[in-house]
Amino acid sequence: MTPSPLLVTASQIALAFCTAALSIAFAPTVHAADSTPKVGQIERGRYLVNTSGCMDCHTPLKPGPNGPAPDMSRLLSGHPQALKMPPAPVLPAGPWLVTVAATNTAWSGPWGVSFTANLTPDVETGLGAWTVDDFKATIRGGRHMGRGRPVLPPMPIAVYDNFSDDDLEAVFAYLRTIPPVKNRVPEPEAPRAAQ
Amino acid sequence: MKPVLALLLASCALAVQARDALPQHLADTGWQAPGVMSFTPQYPLWSDGADKRRWIALPPDAAIDASQPDDWQFPAGTRLWKQFAHGGKPVETRYIERLADGSWRFATYVWNERGDDAQLAPAGGIAALPVAAAPDGRYAVPGRGDCIACHGGAQKVLGFSALQLSPARATRARPGDLDLRSLVARGLLRGLPPALIDQPPRVAAATPLERAALGYLHANCGHCHNTTGTQAPVRLALMQRIADSQASRDEVLRSMLEAPSRYRPPGFGDEARVIAAGHPERSALVARMASRDARVQMPPLGTHVPDAEGLALVAQWILQLPSSTPEPRP
Repeated sequence: MTPSPLLVTASQIALAFCTAALSIAFAPTVHAADSTPKVGQIERGRYLVNTSGCMDCHTPLKPGPNGPAPDMSRLLSGHPQALKMPPAPVLPAGPWLVTVAATNTAWSGPWGVSFTANLTPDVETGLGAWTVDDFKATIRGGRHMGRGRPVLPPMPIAVYDNFSDDDLEAVFAYLRTIPPVKNRVPEPEAPRAAQ
Repeated sequence: MKPVLALLLASCALAVQARDALPQHLADTGWQAPGVMSFTPQYPLWSDGADKRRWIALPPDAAIDASQPDDWQFPAGTRLWKQFAHGGKPVETRYIERLADGSWRFATYVWNERGDDAQLAPAGGIAALPVAAAPDGRYAVPGRGDCIACHGGAQKVLGFSALQLSPARATRARPGDLDLRSLVARGLLRGLPPALIDQPPRVAAATPLERAALGYLHANCGHCHNTTGTQAPVRLALMQRIADSQASRDEVLRSMLEAPSRYRPPGFGDEARVIAAGHPERSALVARMASRDARVQMPPLGTHVPDAEGLALVAQWILQLPSSTPEPRP
């Protein structure tokens, strides 16, 4: 079945972000003793990833018997490269702002079209070549590896910037343990008016 | 006992605060104090046409260790300033300082309308400062995180190096500017291999055009796209080394000519390349230099207007590139 784009409101997006923020705010803090990932650190990272909304956008949804559900065979691997999106619908003037694919991995808004990133440790298409410092710099600076292009909406960088360094290191340690998925996510597209 | 302990804790807190606090005014950073020296890199970074001036100060009796000619080690207490002006008026002055523990700190100061005081900018920067003479009448003051984006790699000091201060310059220096020879003569640079004084370093290249283009890419792109451990999503080696300039030149060319481009400009198809020899119009490098779309532009920050002169230089160089690049003259 070909996923069809569906509309969500800005308030729904905001609700998702707030949920992520609350998860972070009430999460306990642990301290990594050194840079070697420990079981506790990885578990802490898994807990943060599972409670902070990462899965919502970075694991594509697929239709199931109970409605859309995360495709766990593509855990945190971002927008599927085989899913070529048609041009996003042009929204009429008014309060509707954002269009999102049924997979929840392609988003169209005033910033253009963004595709959620492959967070798996695949070296060529995921974070396999990244260091923990690259990961932290991305969240802290809101740019790829801290120095590339801006990370685009709906990634709630401002929310995740509230993570402590220990939190970010734990998240990265966990992401190193998930199965690598070779999936080259498309580059973002300019807003239609700018093309 | 308790009051003593409280005093001790208070004094520690004050000490930490004093160490961490940045001066609120540029004048208090030591700018324009005796011993501050001006310099001008031969290959400047494009900054939307701003008129830039640069200074450095070293602590008394200290010197830069240049024994690794491509990786100068600056002593604790080193301070550098770079001032940006539009329409003859200073807008901001950026500041870098090496602290006693070896770490670096970065700040920037924004000048008032009268030009008689510059105050510490907010840590997050100022997205659009009204500056009539700047392009579009607005000027972006970087946040401290933006400073790290360029200065956070292996080399924290950019534009002050053996290549950039070589007496064999591509562009003119200002009167009184430091260069390699004056640094050595003043005892401010130690360990520099004597061969680099006898034969000033320059970019190895087959032609003057290639030298100018590679020098431009070194200064404008090499601080992120290099092989020193700094990572960028597009893996290129654009930082020149003078210790083995010929090998460096070959590595730079190979990295650009062999690299596929993950970014595919409209109309480039699935086989977009960073450089298509002989075809600037099919080279993603040129497309990204010409763009100021935040998703695409290169460099990704610090500029809102493409560098027409730099673009023409790089495009002309690519246009003249044959499919197999000639070996440089010795």
